Amino acid sequence: MLTIWQRIGLTAFLIGFALFIATLSLSRYTLTDKVLSETVSKEQLDAIRSATASMHGKTYTSSFGFVADYRTAIARLNEAYKQRNETNLLIPDYAFLVTKSASTGFFPENSQLFFWLSLLLSVGGGLLYILPTQRELPGIKNNGIYHSPATNRGWIGIVIGTFLIGFYIVLYFFPEYLTNWVLMFDPLSRLLNGGPASQWFVYGTLYTLVILVMGVRMLIKYRHSRYQQLRTLSVMFFQTAFAFLIPELLALFHQPAQDLKNMWPLDYSFYFDYRIDEKIKAGTLGMFMLVWGTALWLLGVPILTYFFGKRWYCSWVCGCGGLAETLGDPYRQLSDKRLGAWKLERIVVHSVLVFAVVMTALVMYTYLSGQTLLFGFLDSNGVRSVYGSAIGAVFAGVVGTGFYPILGSRVWCRFGCPLAAYLGLVQRFKSRFRITTNGGQCISCGNCSTYCEMGIDVRWYAQRGQDIVRSSCVGCGICSAVCPRGVLNLENDSITTRQTNPGPILLGNNSFRIQQ
Amino acid sequence: MKHLVIIGNGIAGITTARHVRQQDSRVRITVISAESEHFYSRTALMYIYMGHMTYAHTKPYEDGFWTKNRIGLLRGYVEQVDTLAKRVRLSDGQWLDYDVLVLATGSVSTTFDWPGLTASGVQGLYGLPDLERIEQFTKNIDRAVVVGGGLIGVELAEMLRSRHIDVTMLVRDTHYWSSTLPREEGKLIGRHLLRHGVDIRLQTELKEILAGPRSADASGRVRAVVTKAGEEIACQFVGLGVGVTPNVTFLKTSGIELGKGVLVNKYFETNVADVYAIGDCNEFRDPVMGTDGTLRKPIEQIWYTGRMHGETLARTLCGTRTAYQPGVFFNSAKFFDIEYQTYGTMNAEFIDDEQTFYWEHPAGEQCLRINYRKTDQSVVGIHAFGLRLRHAVCEHWIQQRTPFENVLSQFDQADFNPEFSESYINQLTGHVPTRKGWFKRLFST
Ligand SMILES: Cc1cc2nc3c(=O)[nH]c(=O)nc-3n(C[C@H](O)[C@H](O)[C@H](O)COP(=O)(O)OP(=O)(O)OC[C@H]3O[C@@H](n4cnc5c(N)ncnc54)[C@H](O)[C@@H]3O)c2cc1C
Ligand code: SF4
Ligand code: SF4
Repeated sequence: MLTIWQRIGLTAFLIGFALFIATLSLSRYTLTDKVLSETVSKEQLDAIRSATASMHGKTYTSSFGFVADYRTAIARLNEAYKQRNETNLLIPDYAFLVTKSASTGFFPENSQLFFWLSLLLSVGGGLLYILPTQRELPGIKNNGIYHSPATNRGWIGIVIGTFLIGFYIVLYFFPEYLTNWVLMFDPLSRLLNGGPASQWFVYGTLYTLVILVMGVRMLIKYRHSRYQQLRTLSVMFFQTAFAFLIPELLALFHQPAQDLKNMWPLDYSFYFDYRIDEKIKAGTLGMFMLVWGTALWLLGVPILTYFFGKRWYCSWVCGCGGLAETLGDPYRQLSDKRLGAWKLERIVVHSVLVFAVVMTALVMYTYLSGQTLLFGFLDSNGVRSVYGSAIGAVFAGVVGTGFYPILGSRVWCRFGCPLAAYLGLVQRFKSRFRITTNGGQCISCGNCSTYCEMGIDVRWYAQRGQDIVRSSCVGCGICSAVCPRGVLNLENDSITTRQTNPGPILLGNNSFRIQQ
Repeated sequence: MKHLVIIGNGIAGITTARHVRQQDSRVRITVISAESEHFYSRTALMYIYMGHMTYAHTKPYEDGFWTKNRIGLLRGYVEQVDTLAKRVRLSDGQWLDYDVLVLATGSVSTTFDWPGLTASGVQGLYGLPDLERIEQFTKNIDRAVVVGGGLIGVELAEMLRSRHIDVTMLVRDTHYWSSTLPREEGKLIGRHLLRHGVDIRLQTELKEILAGPRSADASGRVRAVVTKAGEEIACQFVGLGVGVTPNVTFLKTSGIELGKGVLVNKYFETNVADVYAIGDCNEFRDPVMGTDGTLRKPIEQIWYTGRMHGETLARTLCGTRTAYQPGVFFNSAKFFDIEYQTYGTMNAEFIDDEQTFYWEHPAGEQCLRINYRKTDQSVVGIHAFGLRLRHAVCEHWIQQRTPFENVLSQFDQADFNPEFSESYINQLTGHVPTRKGWFKRLFST
């Protein structure tokens, strides 16, 4: 039952959110000389100007009409170039920049009003909705999760999922329709990194805000659990400082904007030519970043995972994990627990790891040798762009986050993330981490399996008195938190004490071996 | 043994089936059960009602598991057992032959002959049909009464409170669950129930249930209860949590000897050859002794015993006749937000040779009790509220008759609380902190 404050909060949030979406349609678009000279390269200016002559001075009421006309004009021009075999003259896709700059009217002039209004309403409303949950007594309160259409794959979940999927598709593939958002974020961007905003700046800011607001929700929901609170504070911190502020400030000081906690192979473009060059150019700091980024996966992963399990990264540091553990928390129970899903997971996630390694090797080969073709047919540029869109955009974004309300919060981490696969291998074979099961206390109720976001059938192990040693476990600790019988505990101890066989029969005689 | 027939697909029956299959790949196994197609966890019924899980989540094995392991499942109710012809009759008239029969039929909710018991909206909680009726009768109501201060009573109260229904709980004794809990713990839980908005009435017993007018097709809907003191409490639902009784009435004419439950010896053998009984439904003729030297109750209706019975019987059925010898007693429960674990013998009233150590957190929601013998100081029972203890360690201490002082000084070994939890050990022992810090825990083996 919602309190009056929660109702107000929810209403404010919905208004703020609707306003934010509505801003996308608030501009008019006029192509002028000024717009073109601000956005396209000098050499191509004349050609583009004459190709788009019919648009000049015309005011479009929606970005759709504007982008369509602009694209048609440029396509016609490029077609002509191609026929004349002047491929060096081909015009690159300026649609995003041109649309942004062509935006006119009431909205661009008042974008800050919309920015603050929608932001304050949605963040304030969200908090107002979340904070009153304080009045419930601390403890696990998953009441009604499977009764609510928001969290049981019901209509609200489907609406939210559809929105998220749409959002990611537009963000990755049609950013020219998001230019109004980018306009709103320009001043903030200038403040932080000295330059105008891009769609990625907008995305990064929203991402951080969502983690912070939903992090507050986690802090309240698990205020009886120090482990959950510290872990949540940790992801909130790493997102805000490492993923968001530091890279922006680095950019402000004209340094490579590097997220220092992100690492290859999740950060799949880390060894791409332009990013290496950018660092080499940046001198000592750039070199440090190269060495640091390499040491992180080469040494950091095996060492830290040996001591703590992969959780040190996946549920304490990582940005994808951070979103899953905050925004994704209401959906964690939707992960697929079936044996078939586990089989699929192992095949897919390890294939992505292999794909990432091969792709990076090809890119390095090209970088060092200057050849793009290996064995005469493997084109490193082709492979890398396939990886970028298929894995980086579609899998990690559209599927990974878009499907939260339908497939649960860790689809990407479980089926797609090459870094998770690598961390998982270390965790499975060379780590002190395990989830200990407490003797014979399990009542097979199923709470642990239900709320495991990685779809691990925790109960399968617990009811057999067997420790959970699984490469996919991100150590979120929720299985332990929701267990009503205190059966599960995340522990680090000598590898030899991992109990990976079913516990000795739970009879009277020597029923348990003492683990000390 | 060619055909093993098990009646009841609860934890006891299913554990037998699984373990027999593990040891014997040839025997034909059929599990007959009336309530559900597949094995599900009865202990999770409350979570279905509260919306934490769906029925599907409470099934510990995927549906394909049973075909894969060739465990035949037959949905049906056994009306009659013919031990002479070695066959059972299902309610649809079908007969099924067996070579070995295992009775694992569980319990039914206990009721007393209170007037008005048949009013609609008066409901125990044991199985899925109960849950369905509770769902039906608690739709859009705002007042309920729970009778009985035991484990199922508190689960009923928690279920109802999760739907914001006002709950009055009638408890016969001077504190909550006094048959099992010493006074302090009973008070602690009592306080917690109050905080959760449960109107708990101690020393109050049910006299009568009042129903509204009868409708043509059903008995009238409950409208109030009357206590022995004569107070009338209005309500739209009554939850009964006054215990369970072995489910054996259908065996009355079978020639299988019954007490309260099916009478068995320590091999789970009934008076009839090739018929065994395990789990909630059995009763030991001679109480068995645990490995710690304490006598167990002749009927123990808990999850873990059902599982241990099943495992032990499977050995016998596969050729190694094995007596039931339970280890140190253990059990656990959860009272709203407070988890409870118990090991060994914990008497509600202290017996002569016993001393007790009790510690309660200042906030009043966590406590720990250690009971030990005066004579040799050996620890006989430990239980904890709001703290997690390590089963293996507690069992070891009790089994080995470890002196109280040693237990207390090494208590960190039994700490099973999540990392970073508030350390209570030094408060407990009055010693310098013995619990290793986070850093030390990591780097020591
Ligand atoms: C709400 C609730 C919460 C509980 N919580 C806990 C807990 O936290 N910890 C704990 O230790 N214990 C708990 N228990 C007790 C525990 O669930 C039981 O001890 C255990 O389930 C008994 O298992 P069983 O296999 O003996 O019988 P059951 O699980 O009762 O299985 C017997 C099955 O046999 C079927 N059956 C009976 N007669 C026939 C027949 N004639 N023909 C066909 N089928 C038949 C029944 O339909 C039933 O499905 C709880 C019980 C309840 C009701
Ligand atoms: S097994 Fe437990 S700790 Fe691991 S991912 Fe699942 S819920 Fe989290
Ligand atoms: S939540 Fe706890 S008691 Fe329930 S199945 Fe999992 S480990 Fe067992």
